[in-house]
Amino acid sequence: MRNLLRWETALVFLLIVVALTGQVSTDGSFLSGGNLFYLGLDIGEIALIALPLTLVIVAGEIDLSVASVLGLSSALIGWLWNAGWSLEMILPTVIVVGALCGAFNGLLVTRLGLPSLAVTIGTLALYRGLALVVLGDTAVADFPASYTSFGTTPVPGTNIPYPIVLAAILAVLFGVALHASSFGRSVFAIGANEEGARFSGIRVKRIKLSLFVLAGAVAAIAGIVYTFRFSSARADNGVGLELAVVAAVLLGGVSIFGGKGSLFGVLAGVLLLGGLRNLLILQDTSTEVLTIVTGLLLLVSVLAPSITRRVGTLRKAAS
Amino acid sequence: MTATAVAPARRTAARRLSNKVGRVRELGIVVALALVVIPTAIVNPRFIQPQSLRDLLLNASIVALLAVGQTLVVVTRNVDLSVGSVLGLSAFLTAQQFADHPGTPLIAGIGFGVVVGLACGLLNGLLVALGNVPSLVVTLGTLYVFRGIDYALAQGKQVNAANLPDALLNLGSSRVLGIPILVLITIAVIAVAAVYLRSYRSGRELYAIGSNPEAATLAGIPVAKRTLTTFVLSGLVAGLAGALWVARYGTVDAAAGTGLELQVVAAVVVGGVAIFGGSGTVAGAALGALLLGTITSCLVVLQIPAFWQQAISGALLLSAITVDRLLALRLAKALRKTEGTSHA
Repeated sequence: MRNLLRWETALVFLLIVVALTGQVSTDGSFLSGGNLFYLGLDIGEIALIALPLTLVIVAGEIDLSVASVLGLSSALIGWLWNAGWSLEMILPTVIVVGALCGAFNGLLVTRLGLPSLAVTIGTLALYRGLALVVLGDTAVADFPASYTSFGTTPVPGTNIPYPIVLAAILAVLFGVALHASSFGRSVFAIGANEEGARFSGIRVKRIKLSLFVLAGAVAAIAGIVYTFRFSSARADNGVGLELAVVAAVLLGGVSIFGGKGSLFGVLAGVLLLGGLRNLLILQDTSTEVLTIVTGLLLLVSVLAPSITRRVGTLRKAAS
Repeated sequence: MTATAVAPARRTAARRLSNKVGRVRELGIVVALALVVIPTAIVNPRFIQPQSLRDLLLNASIVALLAVGQTLVVVTRNVDLSVGSVLGLSAFLTAQQFADHPGTPLIAGIGFGVVVGLACGLLNGLLVALGNVPSLVVTLGTLYVFRGIDYALAQGKQVNAANLPDALLNLGSSRVLGIPILVLITIAVIAVAAVYLRSYRSGRELYAIGSNPEAATLAGIPVAKRTLTTFVLSGLVAGLAGALWVARYGTVDAAAGTGLELQVVAAVVVGGVAIFGGSGTVAGAALGALLLGTITSCLVVLQIPAFWQQAISGALLLSAITVDRLLALRLAKALRKTEGTSHA
């Protein structure tokens, strides 16, 4: 627990460093209202998907198919819109399909006992493939402005983009579920010791299944946000986004082995990742370097706990 | 009395089942290949002409190469997701080496690509073995780092066949006894890896590590060293595949091999290498690669839209791991029954 607190303190400290460096090196435009709006828009989908994925990883599983569910939901929106459905009908349908995608992952993992890594690599291809089948390589862009305007305008009177409001509401819900409910305690217990959790009467399979369903549903919501933000429904929307989300969650101090982590840390991780990328973009850094930085952050965030542990044992041995 | 007489019989039954499960995999792939090829050949007889069969083998050989390296890694209960990026980086650097230094001998240029791959594999291996970090996360990170370096070095340029030496391009197109040289190289690599896994002490130790890492450590197997070796070998093979990619396609940009890791993992799993580690053969993995390549070609011949291909390869991967799991469960049940009688 103390280790965890220290990691989150370090994250907040790093955030302040990034913010100050950004502010100085861009002559004050980094923390300006306009830039914060775009920063918020940019991390919207990552923040949304990171919430359920945190619970999945705390329970000792992983879901790599989230970005493909995002793409599938985007493609479905375009396809159903072309077929003449109203958006009031399309949006709930898309969320249900996302939940079904998650349920398919969850059933393969819990009922057949397959490793979630292998399953979700498979469904990563399957769902993205279905998105291509549904919409091909065309784009649908003729959505009504009332749905797409949040991509350019913040909540009136502030610089806060609407997706961040949505993410904040969901963050409170997920935070309460993970840290202040018996459901959340069960999730930690499963991740720490699955067998022990089962013997103490926790319904391991049911809880894991519900986590995958949540991840699918929220990924579909992120797909809706992505589609309307760019006013473009495409099958290849959000390709590779799973890396950024997993990187943010691990950067936030969640252990890839399960049983450890906090939603607060993950939110700080999302902000740090988004802030760094935004700062690099402001300084005209090429997208190649952004890819390298994201990959390096992922490596550092998994190596850091292992290195601190090693330093700790060395110090103990010396004293 | 009767119990002791019955037990050996049951035990041989279980052993027979476990042998059958092993054989059923490779046989299953051959049957699946037949099921795919025969209807396609009936619809379009040109599909089984020598030239189109050669193309089939050529297309599958690069994925098969990567699958061989991946098998070594997966057998130890790890995974290397960076192979596509390593191939891309090695392909671009090899092509650039040949284009910038026209006098480069063929072997030296290909060796350069192999060294690039080896260096990438060494980095992966060091991070996994010394950092004590799950290979999935490490290689997901290096997947993006290597690809990013590839793009940063290429800066949007590409190397064309016109700038490459004829010796290299001939390697990609020439044949010995009617079989393309690339295919022969792939078969040689498969043979070497198969012998290593089958008959060498350190090869057998890889299976032990994958079956039970703790027990392997207690048995005195240098787990970290062996794990490092598998990643180095996987990188080395991916580097070789990168150099051969240049020979085969002639035109290389920074995007070469993007997303290939998925096909490779799918080929390995379809080929019967357990994703939990501890079992599987390189021949099976290579057959898996051939099956996936054949299905892609058949979809083209049967004029099924290209959009279906990704969904189909995903569905194949899922059915392969599901079948694998169901067979393993049946085997475990049979073994448990044997144990129950011998205790009685």
